[in-house]
Amino acid sequence: MKNILILGATSDMAQAIAKKYAAEGWNLTLAARNMELLHPIASDLRVRSKIEIISLEFDALEFSNHRTFYDSLANPPDVVICVFGYMGDQMLARTDFNEVQKTIGVNYTGAVSILNIVAEDFEKRGKGSIAGISSVAGDRGRQSNYIYGSAKAGFSAYLSGLRNRLAQSGVHVMSVKPGFCYTKMTESLELPSALTADPEQVANAVFKGLEKKQNVVYTLWMWRWIMLIIRHIPESIFKKMGM
Amino acid sequence: MRKISDWGNYPIIEAEVSGFDTTDQLREKISNSGSMIAFGNGRSYGDASLQSTILLTRRFNKFLSFDDTSGTLTCQSGVMLSEILDVFVPRGWFLPVTPGTKLITLGGAIAADVHGKNHHVSGSFGQHILSMDVMRTDGSIITCSPEENTDFFKITVGGMGLTGIILKATFRLKKIETAYIREETLRAANLSEIMDSFETSGDWSYSVAWIDCLAKGDALGRSIMMRGEHASASELVNASHKHEPLNLKPGLQLSVPFAFPNFALNKLTMKAFNWAYYNKCRPGTHRSIVDYNAFFYPLDAIAHWNRIYGKRGFTQYQFVIPKAAGREGMQKILKRITESGLGSFLAVLKLFGEQEGFMSFPMAGYTLALDFPISLKAMDLFKELDAMVADYGGRLYLAKDSRMDAEMFNKTYPNVADFRQAITLLNEGNTKFESLQSKRIGITG
Repeated sequence: MKNILILGATSDMAQAIAKKYAAEGWNLTLAARNMELLHPIASDLRVRSKIEIISLEFDALEFSNHRTFYDSLANPPDVVICVFGYMGDQMLARTDFNEVQKTIGVNYTGAVSILNIVAEDFEKRGKGSIAGISSVAGDRGRQSNYIYGSAKAGFSAYLSGLRNRLAQSGVHVMSVKPGFCYTKMTESLELPSALTADPEQVANAVFKGLEKKQNVVYTLWMWRWIMLIIRHIPESIFKKMGM
Repeated sequence: MRKISDWGNYPIIEAEVSGFDTTDQLREKISNSGSMIAFGNGRSYGDASLQSTILLTRRFNKFLSFDDTSGTLTCQSGVMLSEILDVFVPRGWFLPVTPGTKLITLGGAIAADVHGKNHHVSGSFGQHILSMDVMRTDGSIITCSPEENTDFFKITVGGMGLTGIILKATFRLKKIETAYIREETLRAANLSEIMDSFETSGDWSYSVAWIDCLAKGDALGRSIMMRGEHASASELVNASHKHEPLNLKPGLQLSVPFAFPNFALNKLTMKAFNWAYYNKCRPGTHRSIVDYNAFFYPLDAIAHWNRIYGKRGFTQYQFVIPKAAGREGMQKILKRITESGLGSFLAVLKLFGEQEGFMSFPMAGYTLALDFPISLKAMDLFKELDAMVADYGGRLYLAKDSRMDAEMFNKTYPNVADFRQAITLLNEGNTKFESLQSKRIGITG
């Protein structure tokens, strides 16, 4: 029986990923900060399938607890998926440095802190897969969300470096860039339906990507091209665009 | 603010839209808002789940418990029927009642007290609810059932979300041996033949007819009857079905990628479709084994099928008339519809059984559901049809409605006055649960 650890298990994407892996018969360890939200999610999964489900408290910002958290896992994971993230308030972040620190702390530092520990273990065991949910927002900084974007850019660079380092030791690292997705973060917005993925689509892309050992996954194929174009707009023009 | 509509894409409105994960979050939303309505998966057709403040329930979608000996399931109201089927069909359980789409939430199924092809034997969805929790306007949670807080239970089933937000419900699934249906289809040359067919199909668990609403004269009401039973394991013939009787392979999922131009569906294309569909079924009785998706949910295989009606949107006119008035009444109403030439190809006829229920739509009699692209002519036709339906002692289905007036509603639902009074009392001094529909038909002020 294979084991998966999902970090940040209460988000819509994480829930869809958990359902997917549960349906595939994996044992789940779900970790999240808010246990009140996590409990019904775990009970739901227990009704859905007969697999083993463990729920644990985990705070991305409590860096010093990360090693104890990982070392005390009952089921050493074969796959770790880092889903947690914090969108932050861009307007607030312009003036409030606490908001900046929180955005970077969750999306970059917290993720690096826990994944370093995972990487060390996987490298020693010579196997395992790590997937990080990054964002297309990290592909180029835009005025509407560049604090979040720059933290995700850092996370994307980290994942690519980690992939490079661990490729020799049989450990796979995958970066996921979902693009627009229907989640609680976006439910009050009107999103272009052709460019917006359901959490289930993200979950399927993650599962399939890890099975096939893909490196960088965009959930909807067009996002790869959209971001390719956006990355190649000359800076002299890009800076004048209201994005 | 964002644009939002129900399945008919008419009306489309601007609304504040948000969801919730916990009852505390919900309580806070209710107390911060003057007026709101719950919105599940947006599969009612008109404006029953629309107004300027909309509460999404889809995220409140956890399974809470299941007892594999009795089949008793408790889940949160945002769970979709499709999720229940995905999880429990492979374990040998099926929904006690299901409408023609599985893409609706449990909360919506209770609020609209939906019915299915087995209404004549199993009644409506609400009759299978053992217990439910509802958050009221003041933020308190009331547990109600046929035995506990019975009055509140009675007005919540079929109450169109006006009594509160349904949080969770318990009901019993029914045992099946296979994921397949033993189906019989037979052709009826006219309305009288199909009605005879319904009368003689009373022993079948499931029965429904597709009816050609464009055929005139002697062929008026020509139809194809589809009736079915859950297939037992021994009835399966195909080797792969026998091998895994409860597991279906994923079917082909099609999608309508954009709204068709309005002229795509016209009299000619619809006539051609209806002719082909009717003649595909040869005279006589045909037996086959089909999977439950093909039998119950043929349209769910085509995502966004509502887009074929174009940007103008559409409505489904669904009425029921009592059995006593059935033959004569249905003949007259159908004649008026075919004369208008406005109907489209999705028309469904069904004989309901007896129904108890305070605000529920079904009654012992014939129901006809028919899609119409939105147009001024169609709106005029509906007015005429309303008068005929009311005269025969029938009524319209609130889950499909986007245009009925208060007069029609008051005339045709016997418990309107009591219901209105109850809702007024519940809403008094608190956040109001109301929809564009409830205002239009005069339930809420």
